[in-house]
Amino acid sequence: MQIFLEPLHYEFFRHGLIAAVLVGALCGLVGVHVVLRGMSYVGHGLSHAAFGGAVIGFVLNFNFYIGAGVMGLFAALLINQLTKNRKIKSDAAIGIVTTAIFALGVAVISQQRNLNKSLESALFGNILGITNSDLMIIGLVTAITMSIMFLSYRSLLFATFDQEAAQIFGIKTEALQLLFALLLTLSVIVAMNIVGVTMIAAALIMPAMTARMLTDRFSLMQLYSIAIGVVIGAGGMYLSYFFNVASGATIVLFGAFIFCLSVMIRHIRERITLQANLHRHGNLIHSHPVDNKHHNHTDEIKNDN
Amino acid sequence: MSPAIQLIDVTTSYENNVVFTRLSLQIETGQFVGIVGPTGCGKTTLLKTILGAQKVFCGQILLNGQPVDCIRNKKFGYIPQLESVDWSFPVTVEDVIMMGLYTGKRFLPWQSKEERERVEDLAGKLGIYNCLRQHIAHTSGGQRQRAFLARALISNPTLLVLDEPTSGVDIKTQHEVLHLLGDINSQGMTIILTTHDLNAVASHLPWVICFNNGIVAEGRPRDIFTNDILTRTYGSDIIIIKHGDYHLIANSTPLKFKHNT
Repeated sequence: MQIFLEPLHYEFFRHGLIAAVLVGALCGLVGVHVVLRGMSYVGHGLSHAAFGGAVIGFVLNFNFYIGAGVMGLFAALLINQLTKNRKIKSDAAIGIVTTAIFALGVAVISQQRNLNKSLESALFGNILGITNSDLMIIGLVTAITMSIMFLSYRSLLFATFDQEAAQIFGIKTEALQLLFALLLTLSVIVAMNIVGVTMIAAALIMPAMTARMLTDRFSLMQLYSIAIGVVIGAGGMYLSYFFNVASGATIVLFGAFIFCLSVMIRHIRERITLQANLHRHGNLIHSHPVDNKHHNHTDEIKNDN
Repeated sequence: MSPAIQLIDVTTSYENNVVFTRLSLQIETGQFVGIVGPTGCGKTTLLKTILGAQKVFCGQILLNGQPVDCIRNKKFGYIPQLESVDWSFPVTVEDVIMMGLYTGKRFLPWQSKEERERVEDLAGKLGIYNCLRQHIAHTSGGQRQRAFLARALISNPTLLVLDEPTSGVDIKTQHEVLHLLGDINSQGMTIILTTHDLNAVASHLPWVICFNNGIVAEGRPRDIFTNDILTRTYGSDIIIIKHGDYHLIANSTPLKFKHNT
C-alpha cells in the first residue's frame, strides 16, 4: 500500500493523477462513439487542428484553450460540412482540413522561431506540469460532457447505430452531430496536455476498443470504457513514476497492454463457448436413440450385399 | 377522409441527378402497397420523399392531409434495407426495439417499467421474446427482420414503410415476413414496401406500383403484371406464366452454356 501512497506526497503527481483519471474517463466515454462511428482517426486530426489554433492564438496573445478550442471547433464543423458531399469521405476530409490547419501552425512557429512552453506541452504532453486552473478546466469539461452525453444517451445511441433511420424517426441528427463534434473537440483539447497531440488517438480509441472486446452491449461498453480509461490513466501515471518514463507515453503503452490483454480474454472466452457448444452437441449426438455401440453401419451394408 | 399519402407534382434529386419529376401519387388509408422496379430507379428515394427525409425541389407531400414537414409527432415506422446495418454494433435485439421509443420525452438512458413491458409484449407477439437478450448478430435473418419490425411498430404508427424487407432472406423467411405484414395490414395499418421479388408481390400483395424514375403503372398484380408493363419497367423481356390465379414471373433470356448444347 505504501508504494502507492508514496508518490502522492508530491503535488505534481497528485495533479497529474487527477488529470489522468478525469481525462481517462472522458476519453473512455467519448471514444465509444468515435470508435462505433468509424471515426478513429478524427481525434488524431482534431488534435493537430487544435495545435495549429493554439499556435495562432499564442501569436495573437490569446489563451491556449481559446486558440485551440476555436480552431478545433472550426475544423470539426468544416469536416462535418465537407462530408455532406458524398464524393468526399470523412477520412479524406479529416486529412485535408486538420493537416492544413496544423501546417498553418507550423508555418507560424517557423516565423516566430521559439516555442512557448504550453505549445511544447500540447505537442508532447506535460502531465506533470498540470496547474490548478488546468485541473479546473479538465474537471469542468469532463462534468459538462458526461452530463450532456448522459442526457442524450438515447438519441446518440440511435444516431450512431443507424443515422438515417434515427432522422426519419424524428431525432434531430444534424444538431446531434454538431453537439458531438463540439464535445469531441473539447475532450481532445483537454487531453492534449496529458498525452500530447502525437498520441491522442490512442487515448480516445484504446479504452473503447478494450471495452468492445469485453462486451456486446452498448450500455456496458460505455461503463467499461470509462472504467478502463480511469485504470489506464492511473496505472500509467504510477508506472511512469516507478520507471521514470514520460507520462504520456507510459499511459499509451499501458493502454496498449490492457488492450492486448482484452483481446486474449475475448479469444479465450470464445474458445470456451465453442468448446461448451461442441460438448453440448456431442451430448446430443450420444443421447440420440441410434447408438453407435449397438448399431454398426458396416455390418448393415455387408448384410445388404 | 384524407388519403394516407398524397404526393402532388413532386420533383426530387439524388446528388446532382434528378430522380423523378412532377410525380403525383395517392395511397389510401389501410392500403398494402408494393413498389417494384430496377435497381437505381428511385424506389428508396420515393420512400424517403414520402417520409419527409428527402429534399424536394417542388411539389407537396401530404400525410393524412397534413404537409409532412409540419407534422410534429410523426406516426410512422420505417425499416431500412438490412444490408446497410452494421451487425457488429454492440446492441441486443431488445436495444434495437427500444430505439423505436427513443424519440419520446424520456431522457434517462435506462428503460422504464412500462417501456420494458411494451418491448416484451411486442417481442412476444412477433415471436422473438426468447432472443431479446441476444446480440443482434447472433440472430437469424427472420429474427432480425422481426426485431426491426418491432422497432418500427413499438410507437404504434399508422403508416409502416419498409425498404426491401425480403432481400437477403430465404424463401421461408420471405413468406413469414409478408404474412406477418399482411396480418398487421388487416388491423388497419397502411403499409408500403419496396422489393425486387416480383413473385412474392404477385402472391402476397393486393396493390403494386411499377416504378422507374416515375410511375409506369399501378394496380392489382394480376392486372398490371403484363409482359408490356414489366418490360417497360425493367427494360428487359420478362415472361409471365399464368396458372389459375397465380402469376409466375421468369426471365425470358436464360443463359446458354456450351456444355449444355
